[in-house]
Amino acid sequence: MFDQIIIKVLLIAAFIIFGLILLRPGGSARNQAIRTITLILLFVAAVFAVLFPGLIDDLARSVGVGRGTDLLLYAFIIVFVGNSLTAVRRRRAQDEQITQLARQIALRSPERPQDAQQEGEL
Amino acid sequence: MDHSSHNDDTWLIIPLFNEATVVREVIADARTTFPNIVCVDDGSSDDSVAEALAGGAVVLRHPINLGQGAALQTGIEFAREQPGAAYFVTFDSDGQHQVSDALAMVQRLRDEPYDIIVGSRFLDGRTNAGALKKFVLRLAVLFERLSTGVRLTDAHNGLRAFNLTTARTLRIRQNRMAHASEIVAQIGNHKLRYAEQPVHIIYTDYSRSKGQSLWNSVNILSELFIK
Repeated sequence: MFDQIIIKVLLIAAFIIFGLILLRPGGSARNQAIRTITLILLFVAAVFAVLFPGLIDDLARSVGVGRGTDLLLYAFIIVFVGNSLTAVRRRRAQDEQITQLARQIALRSPERPQDAQQEGEL
Repeated sequence: MDHSSHNDDTWLIIPLFNEATVVREVIADARTTFPNIVCVDDGSSDDSVAEALAGGAVVLRHPINLGQGAALQTGIEFAREQPGAAYFVTFDSDGQHQVSDALAMVQRLRDEPYDIIVGSRFLDGRTNAGALKKFVLRLAVLFERLSTGVRLTDAHNGLRAFNLTTARTLRIRQNRMAHASEIVAQIGNHKLRYAEQPVHIIYTDYSRSKGQSLWNSVNILSELFIK
């Protein structure tokens, strides 16, 4: 239960933060900026990890994880789940826009029974 | 009252999706009582639109399939803007609802101080549903009572009649099956005055063949909770 406590706290904190992000109304300029900055930090970290492979092992041990590869797997899972959640969210928003669009098209051109009869006679 | 005898202040709203075999008859039959009918075609791939027009309904076409909830909302937005429209009925395109039930519900709106009358299959013994289906519907009712405070006996009855206040209040955002629960929730949130009316649903071989399956209850729950 209490072994690897640091990594457990970190992982749980990450999931809670994802949850809070999802509860907020999204799409603000700040959220977008945070996403961009996170992405840049990830790239920088990736470069360092490639240059100094030992760094990841050191980092893993400092948070109580045995190997660097395990730490990478955990980090990957967090990013993946976060990405999935934002993708779902974006799709919902898009669905609503499409619904509005289709509804407006439908409301603009009602077809009445007389129209059909006239077409039939022509 | 001139209006009440001809029902020309009432609009029937019928979502339509691939019902070409029955929809003309359903509309023609309903038109003898309700002259104003709007069908919202939800991207049917068969002759539904032509059949609905032949039956005498105004037809709105969704360019793509969005779901029954979306079709209802489109129909409501159209009907509530029509001159003289005062009462609205949501009705099924496959003939499972009775025009006489709809008429009785509109009459109650005229006589009694309600904003919406919801049909219920379980207020009398006319409707025959399977035991499992009954059980699942009861569970849904319990769930809705706890989550919305609205006390209904039949959570997912498609036959509803309501006035202009309700038509302007309802905003269905659940495009697919979960719209019935959403309507109940909005009745609670906006404190609409509601009542139930015993109605008879005919489970014909035709409606059964469409397979309104119990699996849908799982889908409805997931639509409601996974935002």
